[in-house]
Amino acid sequence: MDVTQDLKKEINLYLKVFGALAILTAVTVAVASLKVGIGFAIIIAMVIAVTKGSLVASFFMHLAHEKRLIYLLLVITLVLLLALFFITYGTIGDQVGVEIVS
Amino acid sequence: MVDHDQEEPFWRKYIFSVDHKVIGLQYAITAMLFLFFGFCLILIMRWNLAYPGEVVPIVGKLLSEEGMLTPDGYNSFGVMHGTIMIFLGVVPLAVGGFGNYVLPLQLGAPDMAFPKINMFSFWSFFVGGIFMLASFFLPQGPASSGWTMYAPLSVIATTGETVWLFGMVFLITSSLLGSINFIATVIQLRTKGLTWMRLPFFVWGQFVTAFLLLLAFPPLEAAAVLQLMDRLAGSSFFMTSGLYVGGEVLEVAGGGSPLLWQHLFWFLAHPEVYVLILPGMGIVAEVITNNTRKPLWGYRSIVYSVIFLGFMSFVVWAHHMFLTGMGTKMAAFFQTTTMIISIPSVIILSALFISLWGGSIRFNTPMLFALGFLPMFGIGGLTGLPLGLASSDIHLHDTYYVIGHFHYVVAPGTIFALFAGIYYWFPKVTGKRMNEGLGKIHFFGSFICMNGVFSPMFIQGLAGISRRLYDGGASYLHAEPVLQWNEFMTMAALGLGFFQFFFIANLFISLAKGEKVSSNPWKATTLDWAATPTPPLPHVNFENIPEVYRGPYEYSMNGGGNGQKDFTPQHESVKD
Amino acid sequence: MQIPYTVKVRPDTGLYNAKLGIWLFLASEVMLFGGLFSAYILLRSGATSWFVGSEELSVPIGTFNTFVLILSSVTVVMSWASLRMNDLKKYKMYMGLTILLGLVFLVVKVLFEYMPKIEHHHIPSSHNFFAIYFVLTGLHALHVIGGLIVNGYLWGPGSKMWDTDPEQFLNRIEVAGLYWHFVDIIWIFLFPTLYLL
Repeated sequence: MDVTQDLKKEINLYLKVFGALAILTAVTVAVASLKVGIGFAIIIAMVIAVTKGSLVASFFMHLAHEKRLIYLLLVITLVLLLALFFITYGTIGDQVGVEIVS
Repeated sequence: MVDHDQEEPFWRKYIFSVDHKVIGLQYAITAMLFLFFGFCLILIMRWNLAYPGEVVPIVGKLLSEEGMLTPDGYNSFGVMHGTIMIFLGVVPLAVGGFGNYVLPLQLGAPDMAFPKINMFSFWSFFVGGIFMLASFFLPQGPASSGWTMYAPLSVIATTGETVWLFGMVFLITSSLLGSINFIATVIQLRTKGLTWMRLPFFVWGQFVTAFLLLLAFPPLEAAAVLQLMDRLAGSSFFMTSGLYVGGEVLEVAGGGSPLLWQHLFWFLAHPEVYVLILPGMGIVAEVITNNTRKPLWGYRSIVYSVIFLGFMSFVVWAHHMFLTGMGTKMAAFFQTTTMIISIPSVIILSALFISLWGGSIRFNTPMLFALGFLPMFGIGGLTGLPLGLASSDIHLHDTYYVIGHFHYVVAPGTIFALFAGIYYWFPKVTGKRMNEGLGKIHFFGSFICMNGVFSPMFIQGLAGISRRLYDGGASYLHAEPVLQWNEFMTMAALGLGFFQFFFIANLFISLAKGEKVSSNPWKATTLDWAATPTPPLPHVNFENIPEVYRGPYEYSMNGGGNGQKDFTPQHESVKD
Repeated sequence: MQIPYTVKVRPDTGLYNAKLGIWLFLASEVMLFGGLFSAYILLRSGATSWFVGSEELSVPIGTFNTFVLILSSVTVVMSWASLRMNDLKKYKMYMGLTILLGLVFLVVKVLFEYMPKIEHHHIPSSHNFFAIYFVLTGLHALHVIGGLIVNGYLWGPGSKMWDTDPEQFLNRIEVAGLYWHFVDIIWIFLFPTLYLL
């Protein structure tokens, strides 16, 4: 039956994604033991995390085939999240490591 | 159609109801009681400001043994006045009350998308309110560190602060669930033919407001958790090292940042002020179009403006923090975004003003309040400009100027819009009209007194009197020339309270023996006035689900000469 | 009174109400954890001394828990796929596995991570590193518990809806699954931030 065939394909895809996630987890742990500067370490860790998160979102959460409305909602949320991160950091970024003592 | 009246026991019908109309009324009534209580708090504070050190009449014995308001009491009342007015009064009335009741009706929907969650939202708000009220009975009183709860003072403060934080968690939960409901309802339950650009502006206002609540509240919830950890688990999220309290070093790990609290707090609290104003603008748009018998001028511009405003409101928050040493680049950033955000506000206000041009204006009570809103919000907005500019803010930050600014926007601004809404939709809810004579007295008295209370605050602020001073500035030499305004403002505040009795009396008298009206006494075009019967039945809004054929404000579009009506309701079919 | 589009999708949006509702809820949760992550960024940037994640926290245990959660994401989506194939037994098996894996995650966390920390006096009041660690992972754990309660209900008494209203039940599983995946995604970001950086 067509439906079962499609579903079997879908399930295959889920297993492939699981494989990718497992590999990426191993990679992120392995890379962490390398001696790189903190800046690099953050970038690499976040790139891998974003990749893993995107895999879960796109395939397990079906975001790849989801309606425009949901995309729009998520894009707005992510923009605001990044605003919260970067703008806040901007206000203290020039004083990193300076202890605030009363 | 099943008659639910016979089936539901009293507690299901009126207490744990899932009907949006019942829930809307529950929110509205509870919120109005809280508004009254919050107003009483400030009256006591204002008495103390006019007559420092004197016994407060009537309620003196409740405040302290000597009958005066103590400095700690003043601080607590200040916190609770702000908290109650914003989180337990204005927002629950504007969003929980008006939004819940009117939104499904204007959308042609049978109810909200998630009725059970709606009910849970209300009771979560109620529990949050109980926490806030309960804090008055603590031995050391309610929270007293300013409604902004800045660390480290809030972290070392008395138990009232912890109760405040727990109360906020319930209120935030209520807001989040409510906003999910509102957004899903607007997107999914619009009736046939009701496209985005045919929505009443009231719906757009509530829709954008819901997004602000959805995305801005969670960081404050996170911050509340962090502050609770600091207070209860001894962490140092907001506590620096080297703090002295009462001459002794505070034993904390340190390494935290008070600025972290400020950022997370204002990330919510700035969008929150747009939550306070947008529903009001929505109501004013409805009332003005209805009473000028003309379409809304610039509908498209207003819609794009409100969407842009909603988005911009997330990136201006640190204009509340200009004095925290963020450096000129970041100050310039926030100053710029703040100036930009004034543009959509001006577009919306201008469009509402221009909508009056050439209209056949009916000066009924809702219209008077809506008209009053316009210049009052204008003053509020204009006085915000020197606060949004970093350089002038250095002088004005934390002074009475700020208090004057935001009260102009919320008090003769939003609250006037809410009064307009109550007078306007009262016939829909009850099937009776409110008394026009009492309404007009209420309006004119309130308008004069509002200006009496808040305009001297600009004078005092410019003279340099700080906020949150128990003696109203009396101990400062620079405050001396402007101190006499304190008594004037207190008298105006008492006058304002006096004129609210006309409103309260009107509510009860009209409920009992107000003039009975038809389903559409204002001859309005939007779907809420097509809902029959009036008042609406439980769980049933429309006998026939309406279909929409045109925009929301088709007034005077067809000549409207002798015998012809001057409005075309949205649901009136083209063939009729 | 029936609310439209509870089960069937609304044609122009292509969504049923609960799916939009859960995505809206997840958007707010992104901002909630985002607030905590921004706290982490600010605290660490402003700290004169910070701990090395891999020295204070056990990377093997964290990695194990990461695998556990990712696997549970697979099993929950498989439970949904089983229902679409009308196989209630397989649905119960996969949903049961999901719940089991969630419990494993929690037990490992509490027994092998939290308790040793408390014993060594590595608690919120000793340093902000542990404070933010406990808050971030603690709030995440509360979300796991919430998910387990919902999943448990849908595995047990809630599964009766499959007989009366299979379409709505399928929607519920999809919505519950979306929440569970989100909990997994949060951990995917928590793990490197706390353990590896």
